[in-house]
Amino acid sequence: MEFKPLTCDGKPRIRFLVVDDSIFARKNLCRLVQAFGGEVVGEASDGVAAISQYDTTRPDIVLMDITMPKMEGIEAVEHIVRDHPEACIVMVSSVGYQDNILSALQKGARHFIQKPVKPEALYEIIQYVLNDAAAQPQATGDVRS
Amino acid sequence: MKMDLIQPFVNSLDAVISETMGYTAQIADVTMDEGHYRRSGIAALVSVTGEIQGSVVLDMDNQAAQEAATGIAGAPDAPSEDAMREAVCELTNMVIGNAVTQLNDRGFKFKVHPPEVYMMEEGQAGTKDTETIVMRFETPKGKIHLSIAIRYKSRRANDRPVGALAT
Repeated sequence: MEFKPLTCDGKPRIRFLVVDDSIFARKNLCRLVQAFGGEVVGEASDGVAAISQYDTTRPDIVLMDITMPKMEGIEAVEHIVRDHPEACIVMVSSVGYQDNILSALQKGARHFIQKPVKPEALYEIIQYVLNDAAAQPQATGDVRS
Repeated sequence: MKMDLIQPFVNSLDAVISETMGYTAQIADVTMDEGHYRRSGIAALVSVTGEIQGSVVLDMDNQAAQEAATGIAGAPDAPSEDAMREAVCELTNMVIGNAVTQLNDRGFKFKVHPPEVYMMEEGQAGTKDTETIVMRFETPKGKIHLSIAIRYKSRRANDRPVGALAT
């Protein structure tokens, strides 16, 4: 399946940080990001590394797993969003029960998708999150431009 | 251990294999493990803690593990042992995660831990308070075993959610 490159605010390429403790899952997500016309600017295998990578790379989108060693994804979201309210984080996890989803959204994640990931569903969610963030720059304190 | 608790794992395995690898996994055999089961290929273990406690092992024979590594990740025709382990770990994560999602939404509260490679030759033996069930699935590209060893931790039988069944 071919995808029209993701866009937002006229940026040439959307920049991604991919966070998952599984190399296998990260490779798959990176492959999808590239198929969507995006650029992977960082990878992390736990929540602690994700926070550090976010500070360094300032991506447009973070794809964040939940169940990880050292620090889980939801806690990492809380840290990142506290320091960067504009962060656009999409949770990508095999564990998708309501409490988990609600908790992630309450901490500041923008969306949730359950593994196994359907490429077209992930594409639509990312484009939605990008459009939503671009439409609400005041509310999110957007500093990404 | 009754089927209401097992069924989400069966459904999840079939759905994940179908979604990621493009074919079905038919359940071929179900046994209560009494220590006879031996690992058939590459396996990963996921621990669960909470009201339900224990572990689940997903074991793919070499053909199935190779297919997972090549089919899903686009690895070369002869993937490395590491690539196959990674593939099996991630498939296990998805199967258990999806099953746990169904069980949590039915009222069981428990947590899943990251998958780890399961190196022991023997399966998980049952104990006095933990039953182990082993299910064998046939796929067009090899065999998959799912071994579930769990027990209820804190609730009494009559406190469990409606539809939940006792061991």
